[in-house]
Amino acid sequence: MSAKIKVVDLKKRFGRHEVLRGIDLEVETGSSVVILGCSGSGKSVLIKTIIGLISPDSGKVWIDGMETTNLSTKKRFAIMAKCGFLFQASALFDSLSIIDNITFFAEKLYKLGTSEKRDLAEQKLRAVGLPARILDLYPSELSGGMQKRVSLARAICTNPEIIFFDEPTTGLDPIMANIINELIIKVRQELGATTITITHDLSSADQIANAVHLIYEGKILWHGTKDEMKRSDNPYLRQFLAGSTTGPIAVDI
Amino acid sequence: MHKQIDMAANFLCYVQELGRQAIVLMQKIGALCVFTMSAIYGIFSAAFDFKIFRQQLLHIGFFSLPVVAMTAIFSGAVLALQSYTGFARFSAESSIATVVVLSITRELGPVLAGLMVAGRVGASIAAELGTMRVTEQIDALYTLSTDPIKYLVSPRVLASTTALPCLVFIGDIIGVMGGYLVSVNKLGFNSANYIVNTMQYLQAIDVVSGLVKATVFGLIISVISCYSGYNSDKGAKGVGMATTGAVVHSSILILLSNYFITELFFNK
Repeated sequence: MSAKIKVVDLKKRFGRHEVLRGIDLEVETGSSVVILGCSGSGKSVLIKTIIGLISPDSGKVWIDGMETTNLSTKKRFAIMAKCGFLFQASALFDSLSIIDNITFFAEKLYKLGTSEKRDLAEQKLRAVGLPARILDLYPSELSGGMQKRVSLARAICTNPEIIFFDEPTTGLDPIMANIINELIIKVRQELGATTITITHDLSSADQIANAVHLIYEGKILWHGTKDEMKRSDNPYLRQFLAGSTTGPIAVDI
Repeated sequence: MHKQIDMAANFLCYVQELGRQAIVLMQKIGALCVFTMSAIYGIFSAAFDFKIFRQQLLHIGFFSLPVVAMTAIFSGAVLALQSYTGFARFSAESSIATVVVLSITRELGPVLAGLMVAGRVGASIAAELGTMRVTEQIDALYTLSTDPIKYLVSPRVLASTTALPCLVFIGDIIGVMGGYLVSVNKLGFNSANYIVNTMQYLQAIDVVSGLVKATVFGLIISVISCYSGYNSDKGAKGVGMATTGAVVHSSILILLSNYFITELFFNK
């Protein structure tokens, strides 16, 4: 299998704080990679640097075989058209209705008419288990779990080849978190998409991952399959999985 | 000897800090210039969103009209009253109409409208974009292959730059009306004479200079407010600071640019 996403020696510093310290990562086509790590370990910065929201200080990123670190905006948007992104806080446009949120990019991409737009939005809402009656509501009128599912519907609206999930279950109750995990598995299977999920939710990682990477202080310290993760004797991974306050991972109390 | 070394070290620290602040200031000015050029470029691009432009034109232009009208009418009225008190001391009451119309069209109309719109619209734009920044909505736009500057900033800049001259033109008329009402109804001026005096010394350049100022003020308000909101720091404090910064910086730049535009038009 070829690498859908490849990251080589990625570094990023904010002021004196070195957030990414030489990240190497390969994501195979069609796989589901989960990046585990504590808060502040550089997970979000990594995922945002991969998609180009943050410019790296050094290192290279390839998406679908194209080196993306120095692309023009036009070429970068062409790459972004192949990607979907689920944000931690949903990031729905609060001035737009649900239908406009879901079809925001699809409307321009496919030049949709009013009825086609509604049909597409309904279809994507059904895919994430939400009723069509919410199409004309605004994000503020929905619960957190519903907003997350609408955000997922928006992320998959143009059938992307790659989907990024930024802490998809954070802030949700266990039942809703499970629903989101099942939806992630479902859309990945239906679309055949490659997915990268960053999380510190172990149960979520257990459900959705093919491959797992552990990031700590801006470096990938361990990677392997889900089964290898359970058997690993890496002290960082063991401490993270056990949630122990003692071990090599420094805990600020 | 030690004291002199300490003093020299302290002095170097001050110089270093001064240099650092100067570099930061230059970086900010550079970033603002790039931001402004990107926003202006976005107006002429195919991706320009006319739907948002129309919404913003309504928000910035139409809904600012009551505030601008109130400011203009009372400014004109007060100007007439104050001028009368002063001019009566050397029997120059007949100049009141001219003073009112020139003050309103050249200075008070554009500056007061600019400041009022900076307070009303600037704060709202900065808060809206700042909230979008901290809730990752601007990042979301980017992931949906949409240039946030073209989508969010360019329509606001064009709307503000076109709405302000219209607001000021209407404000000028209302301001002159304010002076007229006070002069005729309270100070006992003859209505026809007052109108003749108003029009007699008014030249096109008086109105045009005010409208040029309004256009520049519209650009300043929209660019500064969008820039503040777009680059807002995280959290409620960040959005609050962006909002305050938008109003304060817009107001200062309005007053500053007002002087230079006046120099440009009326310096003999």
